[in-house]
Amino acid sequence: MSELIRTDASELGQLIASGQASSVEVTRAHFERIAQVDDDVHAFLALTEDAALAQAARVDERIAAGEKLGPLAGVPIAVKDLLCYTQAPTTASSRILEGWVPPYNSTVVNRLIDAGLVILGKTNLDEFAMGSSTETSAYGPTHNPWDLSRIPGGSGGGSAAALAAFMAPLAIGTDTGGSIRQPAAVTGTVGVKPTYGGVSRYGIIAMASSLDQCGPDARNVLDAALLHEVIAGYDPRDSTSINVPVPGVVEAARRADVKGLRIGVVKELGGEGYAPGVEKRVGEAIDALVAAGAELVEVSCPHFEQALAAYYLIMPAEVSSNLARYDGMRYGLRAGDDGTNSVENVMRLTRGKGFGTEAKRRIILGTYALSAGYYDAFYGSAQKMRTLIARDFAAAFEVCDVLVSPATPTTAFKIGEKVDDPLAMYKSDLCTIPANLAGIAAGSVPCGLADEDGLPVGFQVMAPALADDRIYLVAAALEHALEAKWGAPLWSRIPELSVSDKTSDKGDK
Amino acid sequence: MSDELMDYDEVLKRYEPVLGLEVHVELSTASKMWCGCPTTFGSEPNTHVCPVCLGLPGSLPVVNRKAVEAAIRIGLSLNCDIAKWCRFARKNYFYPDMPKDYQVSQYDEPLCFEGHVEVEVGGVAYDIPIERVHMEEDAGKLTHVGGLGRIQGADYSLLDYNRAGVPLMEIVTKTIHGTGTAAPQVARDYMEFLRDMVRALGVSHGRMERGNLRCDVNVSLMPIGSTELGIRSETKNVNSLKSVETTVRYEIMRQGAILSAGGRVKQETRHWNEAGFTSPGRSKETAEDYRYFPEPDLVPVAPDPAWVEELRASLPEHPSKRRARLQQTWGVTEREFGDVLAVEGALDLIAATVDAGCAPAAARKWWLTELARQANDLNVPLEDVNITPAQVAEVQALVDSGSLNDKLARAVIEGVLAGEGSPAEVVASRGLAVVSDTGALSAAVDAAIAANPDVAAKIRDGKVAAAGALIGDVMKAMRGQADAAAVRALIMEKLS
Amino acid sequence: MGQQMVLTRSEVAKLAALARIELSDDELDDMATQLDIILASVASVGEVAAQDIPPTSHAVPLVNVMREDVVSWTPNAEGVLAGAPVVEDGRFRVPRILDDDEEA
Repeated sequence: MSELIRTDASELGQLIASGQASSVEVTRAHFERIAQVDDDVHAFLALTEDAALAQAARVDERIAAGEKLGPLAGVPIAVKDLLCYTQAPTTASSRILEGWVPPYNSTVVNRLIDAGLVILGKTNLDEFAMGSSTETSAYGPTHNPWDLSRIPGGSGGGSAAALAAFMAPLAIGTDTGGSIRQPAAVTGTVGVKPTYGGVSRYGIIAMASSLDQCGPDARNVLDAALLHEVIAGYDPRDSTSINVPVPGVVEAARRADVKGLRIGVVKELGGEGYAPGVEKRVGEAIDALVAAGAELVEVSCPHFEQALAAYYLIMPAEVSSNLARYDGMRYGLRAGDDGTNSVENVMRLTRGKGFGTEAKRRIILGTYALSAGYYDAFYGSAQKMRTLIARDFAAAFEVCDVLVSPATPTTAFKIGEKVDDPLAMYKSDLCTIPANLAGIAAGSVPCGLADEDGLPVGFQVMAPALADDRIYLVAAALEHALEAKWGAPLWSRIPELSVSDKTSDKGDK
Repeated sequence: MSDELMDYDEVLKRYEPVLGLEVHVELSTASKMWCGCPTTFGSEPNTHVCPVCLGLPGSLPVVNRKAVEAAIRIGLSLNCDIAKWCRFARKNYFYPDMPKDYQVSQYDEPLCFEGHVEVEVGGVAYDIPIERVHMEEDAGKLTHVGGLGRIQGADYSLLDYNRAGVPLMEIVTKTIHGTGTAAPQVARDYMEFLRDMVRALGVSHGRMERGNLRCDVNVSLMPIGSTELGIRSETKNVNSLKSVETTVRYEIMRQGAILSAGGRVKQETRHWNEAGFTSPGRSKETAEDYRYFPEPDLVPVAPDPAWVEELRASLPEHPSKRRARLQQTWGVTEREFGDVLAVEGALDLIAATVDAGCAPAAARKWWLTELARQANDLNVPLEDVNITPAQVAEVQALVDSGSLNDKLARAVIEGVLAGEGSPAEVVASRGLAVVSDTGALSAAVDAAIAANPDVAAKIRDGKVAAAGALIGDVMKAMRGQADAAAVRALIMEKLS
Repeated sequence: MGQQMVLTRSEVAKLAALARIELSDDELDDMATQLDIILASVASVGEVAAQDIPPTSHAVPLVNVMREDVVSWTPNAEGVLAGAPVVEDGRFRVPRILDDDEEA
């Protein structure tokens, strides 16, 4: 196996910049790996090998010509299939968008290309990013490289699994209620949900507009920070994009110093329903940060207990409206257009056939929450709860610099285990949802393996809006402390996947 | 039309009409409400579209500042309060002309609210209370194929989204009471006021026949002396001043017949028919539930008070004040001014012609006779006639300087209308200048005198009126290219 | 469960119609049961949120984000129509608006 696929993105960037490796060579190594293991993992929905090799060759040419490019130029990346990219279908893992090739690129994709990153393909997700296991994808589930019988988290399970299976050194995720952090946690990778408005949403298929945020996935904290710096920043095409300089995330990841930093432990995110192995590793992580000089503060955020309920009203309400446009008129699937059905019937048949169960469930739930007579009791109240949760955060950040908690209550569960129990599935996002409701920054960094099942545990760091750098500061400090203790990164303990001898299956996925 | 109608005056002896008018104004911004696509009218289908106005997955809207400014200026013109902070809202409903299957509009937080305007009918002032002015987006255009091109019986429909996302302002009145028999005229005049206002503001082309202004007319009747509102009908998309008036009148007569027969008016949407009546629209079992909620993709609008004051200070003259001023400066009677107002678009064209240096009387004459006739012949609005106010003023200047006489001026205008170029170009190419060569003119006069000795004798005897016959002969000889006044002067000189 | 359903099967059917989603009988049954459980678990929000709390619709308090009124667009008529299910005459072709028995 080529060592290139286990090399950090930051180092790959240096190798390519110094001419010790070519981007084409690095890119080919990753496609080779994808061909070998993705039949089992199923992280990718589409590969863009031709475009990728052309992008890689262009970077190599520019470097050969003496151009000075960014630190990730020539480094391959996997992109969640929720971001519009003209070189491949963008499906949101839904039948309703099967084969739809967008006529435009999302801002994030443009920034990746401009920074010289090489897009390998589009990764699997829960349909329209609605799920915590990648099982609601219309194109089949993704498997967790730590244990192929388990879920890789969701919705961004494809991106997280691509990292954990060494099919990509970097990936793009989106996070509405935990879809970056929860997959990162259960695959032992790093994922950060930036401050709402920190990364442009333009060209990213919306799930719940007031909660969605795009962010970096990587195998280590510095790589995530480097990617964060590439994709973040003001975009005039997104009205909710914040027009301020990107926080110094890379500098923070390099500094990795938590001396004197006040770390708040959220009392409400723990206890009943949390796996003992998760609580144990998270407790040790806190100890490690204290040992590195951080101060410990216990804080209470009483309304976090209502966060899940508020989320499951606000999110479906926005979903019901955002997914209305998939009606079979202008693009995507059209069903039942036999010349006799009226437009209303064709819309109904199209949506009945094109959406999966979870999408339908959330659309109907949201339709209900917004309907006349129920708005105040449901949607209106949920928005007030959102205010209370934001106030809890504001009060907590008066006494501490960051908040920490487990990223998920449990480690990766078995594929199929919770498919028929939506409520149990929803509880996977218990710890991650408050940050989305308040729009603050949060990330997950690996903190070890749970004793009971040997599966990765994620440690969540939450920081005030626009203080995304603090996530990297704490996560990097923890990463250094734990890796010193372990003697190697956590990913070195990912079991070897059986390798098929297929060389390439470009473009036919 | 199958409705029973009751005599208009009879209805109004027993019932008080109550009106409510919702007017959609399509703005004349260069770009659309949320994206940079042009708003130009009449382009090839689906060419002025982009991911945003097509509602493609992932696209996001960004508010056009000019549209917000236009809304505030409209609100200020209607004496509205301007919200310190307001949001956009999504109005959710499925219809193929709405690319996102929701319309971005405003719900309970309109940008402008609580205004009023006065319209005057027959010397009586009626106060029109304004509930709100809010911002929203237009939809695409459906063309029905089969079934005579109507929605009923069509085989399928075709969609052009060029209009989707064009900024729309909705101006909603509160219920208008106390109009009595003047109700149809009040509705018409209010509509006319809005049209003139948006044109004066320069925020809309204000062309009703193009759908720049569309009115939803709500009418109900309540028994005189009652305080309880009756059940209303809503007639959608009425698109001319005349139709607004006729709709109100028709609905009063229709509802009057139902109520006096002891019936119940159905709360429904109705359609306006050009033949002069309204007909029931698609009836839904249940009221549509639009599930409004704040638009998460757009941030609130909180107009800076200083900006609002700046816009207030720069508002144009109120249309009724402007009319009074123009009538006075043009020195025309009420009746003459009425003739100007009777021709759609004439006021602005005449004013522009006067501004270009033409005398008001001459400007009125050209637009109300020659050019109005042309518009009529071509069946187009006056403003679509192929000549600009500046060109009319140019022709008149040539008349005033003696270079053209009346007949030649008409020929020049004919040439301009025919697309032969500017007045100067037509004069040159058609050779239409008045003959100012006194030698030729003098010879023609001498010839006319010689040919008509009797007439010449009469003129010598002081019967000046007889000169007309000689002038006619001279003009004929000169093929019309002479200045009649100069010819007369020459005759008098020779025969005195 | 034996409890009073918050959301009945027929209400779910109405919501599905409003949301233009065709559901099979089985889907309707499952949906009604699951939505009922979900709604029961989220109903507590209404009890906690007192009346005098301002609602939050946007996570970050930005205002007045506007663009100048400038035309900027690339004519791309073919790209626009490329993804359409049916195209005719440069337009998106869609089924008839009204059912046979409907009047406009």
